[in-house]
Amino acid sequence: MLKFILNNNEVSTDLPAGTVLLDYVRYNQHLPGTKIGCREGDCGACTVLVGELAGDQVRYRSFTSCLTPLGNVQGKHVVTVEGINMEQLNPIQQAMVDESATQCGFCTPGFVVSLAGFCLSGKKPTAQNAVAAVDGNICRCTGYKSIERAAARVAQLLEAGEGQDPATYVAEQQILPEYFTSIKSRLRALAVDTSPNGHVLSGTLQFVGGGTDLYVQKHDQMRELATRFLFNQADLQGIVRQENRCVIGGAATVSDLAESAVMQEFFPAFRPFLRLVSSTPIRNMATVAGNFVNASPIGDLTIMFLALDAQLVLSDGHTAREIPLRQFYLGYKVLEKAPQENVTAIWFELPDAASCFHFEKVSKRTHLDIASVNSACCFTVQDGFIVKAGISAGGVGPVPMLLPKASEYLIGKEVSEGLIQKALEIAQTEISPISDVRGTETYKRLLLNQLIKAHFLALFPRLNARELLRRLSC
Amino acid sequence: MKNIDSGNHTKGQSVYLDDIPLVAGTLFGAVFSSPVAHGHIEQLYLAEAAQHPGVVRIFTHQDITGENQIGGIIPDEPLLAEHEVDFCGMPIAFVVAMSDEAARAAVKKIKVDITPLPVITDPRVAHAQSKLIVPPRTFRLGNTELAWEQCEYVFEGTADTNGQEHLYIETQCAYAIPQENGELKIYSSTQSPTAGQRTAARVLGVPMHQLEVDVIRLGGGFGGKEDQANAWVALCALAAHHLRRPVKYVLHRLEDMAMTGKRHPYSSDFKIGLDKDLKIVAYEVDFYQNAGAAADLSPAIMERTLFHTTSTYFIPNVRATAFSCRTHLPPNTAFRGFGGPQAKFVMESAIATAAEKLGIDACLIQKKNLNQTGDEFPFGQKAVSEAQACWHKAEELYDVEKLRQEVDAFNATSTLYKKGLALMPICFGISFTNTSMNQARALVHVYYDGSVRVSTGAVEMGQGVNTKMLQVAAQTLSISPAKVRVQTTSTNRIANTSPSAASATADLNGKAVQLACQAIIKRLKEVAAQVLQAPETAIELQDEQVLLNGQETELDWKKLVTAAFLKRVSLSEHAHYATPDVHFDKATEKGHPFAYHVYGTAITTVTVDCVRGTYQVDAVRVVHDFGRSMNPAVDRGQIEGGIVQGIGWMTLEELLYDSAGRLRSNTLSTYKIPDIYSVPKEIAIEPLQTEQDNLAIFRSKAVGEPPFMYGIGTYFALRNAIKAFNPNSPIAFDAPMTPEKVLLGLYPQSATGTQHVHEQSLRHVAAS
Repeated sequence: MLKFILNNNEVSTDLPAGTVLLDYVRYNQHLPGTKIGCREGDCGACTVLVGELAGDQVRYRSFTSCLTPLGNVQGKHVVTVEGINMEQLNPIQQAMVDESATQCGFCTPGFVVSLAGFCLSGKKPTAQNAVAAVDGNICRCTGYKSIERAAARVAQLLEAGEGQDPATYVAEQQILPEYFTSIKSRLRALAVDTSPNGHVLSGTLQFVGGGTDLYVQKHDQMRELATRFLFNQADLQGIVRQENRCVIGGAATVSDLAESAVMQEFFPAFRPFLRLVSSTPIRNMATVAGNFVNASPIGDLTIMFLALDAQLVLSDGHTAREIPLRQFYLGYKVLEKAPQENVTAIWFELPDAASCFHFEKVSKRTHLDIASVNSACCFTVQDGFIVKAGISAGGVGPVPMLLPKASEYLIGKEVSEGLIQKALEIAQTEISPISDVRGTETYKRLLLNQLIKAHFLALFPRLNARELLRRLSC
Repeated sequence: MKNIDSGNHTKGQSVYLDDIPLVAGTLFGAVFSSPVAHGHIEQLYLAEAAQHPGVVRIFTHQDITGENQIGGIIPDEPLLAEHEVDFCGMPIAFVVAMSDEAARAAVKKIKVDITPLPVITDPRVAHAQSKLIVPPRTFRLGNTELAWEQCEYVFEGTADTNGQEHLYIETQCAYAIPQENGELKIYSSTQSPTAGQRTAARVLGVPMHQLEVDVIRLGGGFGGKEDQANAWVALCALAAHHLRRPVKYVLHRLEDMAMTGKRHPYSSDFKIGLDKDLKIVAYEVDFYQNAGAAADLSPAIMERTLFHTTSTYFIPNVRATAFSCRTHLPPNTAFRGFGGPQAKFVMESAIATAAEKLGIDACLIQKKNLNQTGDEFPFGQKAVSEAQACWHKAEELYDVEKLRQEVDAFNATSTLYKKGLALMPICFGISFTNTSMNQARALVHVYYDGSVRVSTGAVEMGQGVNTKMLQVAAQTLSISPAKVRVQTTSTNRIANTSPSAASATADLNGKAVQLACQAIIKRLKEVAAQVLQAPETAIELQDEQVLLNGQETELDWKKLVTAAFLKRVSLSEHAHYATPDVHFDKATEKGHPFAYHVYGTAITTVTVDCVRGTYQVDAVRVVHDFGRSMNPAVDRGQIEGGIVQGIGWMTLEELLYDSAGRLRSNTLSTYKIPDIYSVPKEIAIEPLQTEQDNLAIFRSKAVGEPPFMYGIGTYFALRNAIKAFNPNSPIAFDAPMTPEKVLLGLYPQSATGTQHVHEQSLRHVAAS
């Protein structure tokens, strides 16, 4: 039996925990405001908010309900557009109407819910942050300018509430319904075991983290599979520092990583790159470990952590072992992992003052898209000489890869345009891109060169850009 | 006035087809479609699927009680494949089951043996094999043969545009519910209720009066739910007709993308000749339209391409030929602009070719050749032009000289980024080019409490047409908009409708509403004259008051309406409107097909990242010919949305079919439309208000399609930025300008051809 709060009602269901929230909301609860656009998390028409207790507050994040198993909202507060409706239009809705930010209207509830999520997020009330909250919502009619204008007005609504508890403020200001103030105590009262794993049936065990890849790839099967839900498992949460290591829980999401106090204090250079990873709702759902295990050759986080030489802790429930991420990939979607093992933690050494990290990604669309090629690098530089180097590259082979030869070549050398050219030549021998929907082989080879140049231009601004661009470009 | 639906939209309370509460006993359909693009069906295996729990029946072409035919213009498209499949995604069988999941699970159990036949995906290959949908057509003006001699400069080239997925966020869907006497009520997400009704009647073999198609609203259409909506209507109707149970089918996104046609890709050859003063003297063009496997609307789209051959320019000698080429892609169809944008891209490519070869700015050629009132289009109509007015106003208002200097100054100092600027004038003809379709009807009821309901043939799909219909009624009746409601679009109330398309919906239906309201007003004034014992000429209805010689009387709107009812005067009117003056003779390819043209000019500036090949549109600044906008908020939305959709077509949106005719960009993760971060940082829109009369409703010119073509400016601005980095770049005229094409344009690679369509090797196309 799954229990959670849906809008202003405590609900329970016997449906399989693998059922997607979208179908439950629309067809079991008959709340048709949540729309179906793509069922792959790429349009945002089905966006809902999911709130859970976090310390003394309820923390709300936007989810695409098409990729959310019911098991992942056990014991939480799920908010659909119906749950933010008040007698009159609420001020978010009014802003959308006033700015003519809705045309056919099919995507509109998703935008409204995402903006409500922004109001509950406690993020700084800037127009930029309000727009970021709808970065997972696609509209085909408006051209977005009217939505930008509406988002800016929503940000203004929040200016007076900075520093206050968001749920209390939005209820007081009648931005969202009054009942939001009651949710904290109701979630406490609900007090269910948030991990819905009961007796696991026979058959191959399917681990589910955020579900953002599994529910795209195996949508039809997920409902019936013998599933082990990791997303809410208490021992897999959190991001902590142990000596100089950053340890990331096996269920920590990309948003957890972005908001992590440890990362912000000890590795502030990292966060900006996460904006290039998918969209806000997907980052809210997708786990770092899931990105690794999915083994996409162009997984953004995989590429970042390959450069950082991250280590994985795997456990089959009895025995734990460690393996470097760099040794995790044996072939296309083949992992050095037994079926019964899951990633319980990930750790890496926090970079010191002599180290620098950079990430580059080019996709057809800069945001909410999968890379044509991506690459990360981590260099340690002493007296102008590279003493440690790791360059990773995605989209240029069957697995996300480190470029060991190109990386090795840099060690002990002083950075120069000529050195980079030589490293690029070596890198080209290490990759085997193919032509596919994300680009031709020719393009991917050229693009990797460009991205590696971009790393150096970003990290070593004294380089001669004109000279560097000319080298190995044709 | 805001869009009347906008409040409900934001509350999630607007009803789309999938939100209609289910009728008890509803069954769910799902299509089994061809996995190959061309071949003979040898054997279809349905037994295992039929055994799947919950399956009620599987329909094939053998179950069709009428004609297995859904082709609208040409009868060349079966609803369900019989012996041959012509495109990947062609429906072969329709499974109906107790649940959506059961229907889809059963579809997976259907197997088919197909002997493959050769697959054609390239329109030029189809043309070479004489596989044409209709005979080619040629428009001529002057004599190009003789004109080349007068030209100082002559250039030739090729220009290609890819297709475009509509990507309405609501997928295609239909829901057929049996009524008594063998009738069906069919909800459909269609721009063309009558086409759905006619198609289903044909397939069922019943008269049209046995079927009602009712449309509440669409979650986006853009042309994709014109004839492409018919198949789902017909399939649900067929199943409901047999089973006497309600049948619903809402396509999954993958099904929708794989099975439905899109904007036509075109490949074109051009030849342009200019005199020494840069006047374009002659222009020849051959358009190869990739129609896909069946005609659908391709002949009409091809015709509109020809009508827009010269874009916004006057050229005295023109020869334009268009070939509608039959390939093995899903039947391509209407999409905002309807063949016009493709023609404009070729014209601009020809001008850009000339400019680049001559080492001058393309704007010099563009400006010199803008059409003027009185100039003849190649199809005989004389222009009533705002082209020069829009261009000059844009130049002055936005200070093009300064913008250009800023771009040049930036490029002189910047290594890693380059900027580009381009102007894009538009001229777009309003009316269905098939003259007979320029008619509409409206039904207006005034209830005796004074409230009003309006029905038209217009379909609301976000363009705000219902809002405009309401405005027309409220304004003509001089009553509060709150007194007026607009009904769903039903073939029971309004028969024989033209599709909501061609940007003409508000004009045609609005004029019909106006006529209906005027007729009611005329009768009401007669009643008022009787009641007040005054001549009709002394009476006015204004703001719900009856005025006599300008003075208020005891009569108000409500009292007058009640009085009229008691006097047995009709408070309802069904009015008919047909656009005057339009005609076209296909034998001579001359006539006056358009009620009017819409003009405008856009100035686009872009920045290209010369390391990564990515780009940003900095600004699109427009002067647009509104006539006199009746709803500036709605019209601004149409312009902003049109611009961004046009930019999407020109930049990110890349349809990729492999050589076997399979769509590879078949999901939202592989086919990218603009998101909120990829739109221009600034869109400025300045109206060109004109006072001369035109055939638009309230002189408010059509606004649906024309702004789409401003997006073409982005392509040429990007091209200019690439040339600023690498003046020798051999980049072809081949849209969309993806980041891949930009990077390969910045750094031409000697090895493989970079401009060819990807040959797919999909060993690890990472969909993830």
